[in-house]
Amino acid sequence: MTRDNTKPLLLLHVGLLLGLFLLQFVLPAYHHTNMTRIMLLAAYATGYNILVGYTGLLSLGHAMFFAAGLYGAGMAAQYIGLNPAAALLLGIMCGAGLALAAGLVALRTAGVSFMIVTLMFAQASYLLILYFNDYTRGDEGILLSESSRRLDLGWATLDFVQPTVRYNLALLVFAACLLGLLALLRSPLGRVLVAIRENPERAKLLGYDIFRYKLMALCISGAMAGSAGACFALMFGYVGATYASIQYSILVLLWVLLGGVGTAIGPLVGTVLMFYLVETASDYTSSYNLFVGLFLVLLVLFFPRGIVGWLRDRAVPWLP
Amino acid sequence: MSLGPHLLLALLEGTVQAFVLALTALGLSLVFGVMRVVNVAHGTFFMLGAVVAWFCANLVGDHPTLGFLLALALSPIVVGSIAALCDVLVLRPLKHDPEATIVATIGLLYILEQGTLMTFGPDARPVEPPIQFRLLFPWFGYAGYKLVVVGASALLLLLVWVALKKMRIGLVMRATQFDSETAQNFGVPVERVYTGVFALGAMLAAIAGVLVVPVQQAHYLMGQDPLLLSFIVVIIGGLGSLRGTLAAAFVIGLSDGVISVFFSPTLAKILATLAVALVLVFRPQGLFGARQA
Amino acid sequence: MKLLSTSGLAREFGGIKAVDGVNFTLEQGEIRAIIGPNGAGKSTFVSLVCGRIGPSAGSIEFEGRDITTMPPWRRVGLGIVYTFQITSIFKNLSCFDNVALAVQSKLLREHGLRGLHHRRLRESTMSTLELVGLHPLSHTHAGTLAYGHQRLLEVAMGLALSPKLLIMDEPTQGLADSEIVEFCRLTRSIAESATVLLIEHNMSVVMELADRITVMNAGSVLAEGTPQEIRRNADVQAAYLGA
Repeated sequence: MTRDNTKPLLLLHVGLLLGLFLLQFVLPAYHHTNMTRIMLLAAYATGYNILVGYTGLLSLGHAMFFAAGLYGAGMAAQYIGLNPAAALLLGIMCGAGLALAAGLVALRTAGVSFMIVTLMFAQASYLLILYFNDYTRGDEGILLSESSRRLDLGWATLDFVQPTVRYNLALLVFAACLLGLLALLRSPLGRVLVAIRENPERAKLLGYDIFRYKLMALCISGAMAGSAGACFALMFGYVGATYASIQYSILVLLWVLLGGVGTAIGPLVGTVLMFYLVETASDYTSSYNLFVGLFLVLLVLFFPRGIVGWLRDRAVPWLP
Repeated sequence: MSLGPHLLLALLEGTVQAFVLALTALGLSLVFGVMRVVNVAHGTFFMLGAVVAWFCANLVGDHPTLGFLLALALSPIVVGSIAALCDVLVLRPLKHDPEATIVATIGLLYILEQGTLMTFGPDARPVEPPIQFRLLFPWFGYAGYKLVVVGASALLLLLVWVALKKMRIGLVMRATQFDSETAQNFGVPVERVYTGVFALGAMLAAIAGVLVVPVQQAHYLMGQDPLLLSFIVVIIGGLGSLRGTLAAAFVIGLSDGVISVFFSPTLAKILATLAVALVLVFRPQGLFGARQA
Repeated sequence: MKLLSTSGLAREFGGIKAVDGVNFTLEQGEIRAIIGPNGAGKSTFVSLVCGRIGPSAGSIEFEGRDITTMPPWRRVGLGIVYTFQITSIFKNLSCFDNVALAVQSKLLREHGLRGLHHRRLRESTMSTLELVGLHPLSHTHAGTLAYGHQRLLEVAMGLALSPKLLIMDEPTQGLADSEIVEFCRLTRSIAESATVLLIEHNMSVVMELADRITVMNAGSVLAEGTPQEIRRNADVQAAYLGA
């Protein structure tokens, strides 16, 4: 993490974002919507990567933060008529807030115990959503009305149903997460998080209260997941329990593993690839989850560094 | 039905649940105890046992007793072999690293579940119990086969206990658990012991599946609840403590049965899930395990 | 002035008394060496002092304050700094980042977030690296350093925390003779502003550096005194020195 590589770094990442921006003008409608989804999911994955890749905390329950944003924004927009901008903000706060609450308990464990505890918390959240069926409509989900997803700015109306608005807002959210990550990595805080991942005992004996730092990382991660979830609700108009299920916790792990744990653009790469792989597979079979399983096993066995991680090891050592 | 009989029914159900759970959880506990890894795919072995039982019943046709006995013999062999294969192909190359193993077994869970979906199909299919008789209580009738389940589980638990405590195989396992390096120096083939234990754990779960399938139905997702409950039992009982596992199985089995009958199954699951998390955080040695320094 | 004192400090590991009721006092400004045979409890004792492990019994006081239950990261804040026996640097980070982590910690504590101004951080880090002579290697990956340099990095990280009490656990182990001479010079300059507590097996280093020596055996203090007194002590000779 030295300062010598600022230029190529900026070039790569800003270039990537620019590329994504220009992509919207050439994509057919189907892929346009897909990319919108992918960018939001990549934002979710980037947040997860902060936890797994940079702080070394393997959480198996990240979907609960995505769901917090989803339900927070969705229910507020639908039930109390909160405007989309405020709902988005609320979703982010829900994600961060749940992360804080869960972290205060879960971060007292580490390693395998932490994995199980996060898995259990996520599962409990999913079950609670089903239990409070009256408010959340459980598995069936809530369909948001089109009017609740329109933001009146006075001089213009921002319609979250509109593809252009959706794409660019999703891009904005992803960009914020990606650039936020890069800023974090170059900051003193980022350095501490990496230290915690590398050698937690040493970090403690350098005077760091590692519990507090892990909690910070978890909250940032939860906020990013919450922002993705909130956007999902507002843009696609559906708030359902499936997004809180274990599936979504495992999927994000898979995307990050595939793309490259501990790399900035890895999550995007992994999300794009896996999204299209599952799409293609589901055209042929309803058991597309088989691929999820296969990929997980193969990645862990043969390719744990992921695509961008492998690239970094072989050719491009300055990739963050 | 008034409260008393309702409670009796709940307790009966809970007892059956407890014995089956003890068998299933024992498999998970052995694997953790000896190999120090958590097998998230454990529930699928339970499910595969039940599915094989269905195939046996179908094969034999009109003789449910024969089908049942065939399943009791065949299921452990089939499922044990699958498990052994998983260990050799996937877990051994990972050197049984705890975190990597959890991720890999999640992958195995998906593969096994989806594989079953593709071959067995998405429907729940019933299996005839080997014997049909009803116990007539003054308030309700109770399926007599469930007593067979209890009896068979108890017998099997006893057998496993004897094997572990008295026979050489138990000694070998305990040596490997205690200090695998020293065991290796004494000529214990640690890697093979691991595969054996992994297979044994799967076989216990498979037999539990065979026993239970006449009562439930065979379905490709039926391993999920037993997995969660086994987790709870092993963690609350103390990872690696056999006695704790058995005690916890009874507590959990009975309470899950009672809560499910009197309140909602979802609530029971929520409480169970939170219990696992909280025990892991605040009392990681469980209720019976030894506190590590 | 009494900097550190322990009273009846003890630590058990499953029945084995690694540290058995140690009463120990350290004066400000001295260089104290702890010596003793393997398994005497020296490492366990200093680990108790810096907070890596918790005591089974007894208490620890630092600058008049009871720190027995204080977590290790807070003790660093008070000025108790520990360097590891088995080098525990961040192997995948550069030397600069290793020391920067220590500097950051200190600046954060002293000046809050304002202290993290990156020029101040950079200057402080580089000057610490210069003190131990590692500044030409600042951008090298710590894991690729020669062993002697890794030990120096370990010391640099300790120094960067502005310690009041610097605890060094077998710092010269594995060092070449010339590196040991350099180490003694460095330690003497550190001792001008900090108190040093040293676990050492190398007797010539001990005799040269230490103002006072504490001898431990089987978990308790066997003898304490100046190097001359210890050399002449019959019990110590029997248990350890053999000369």
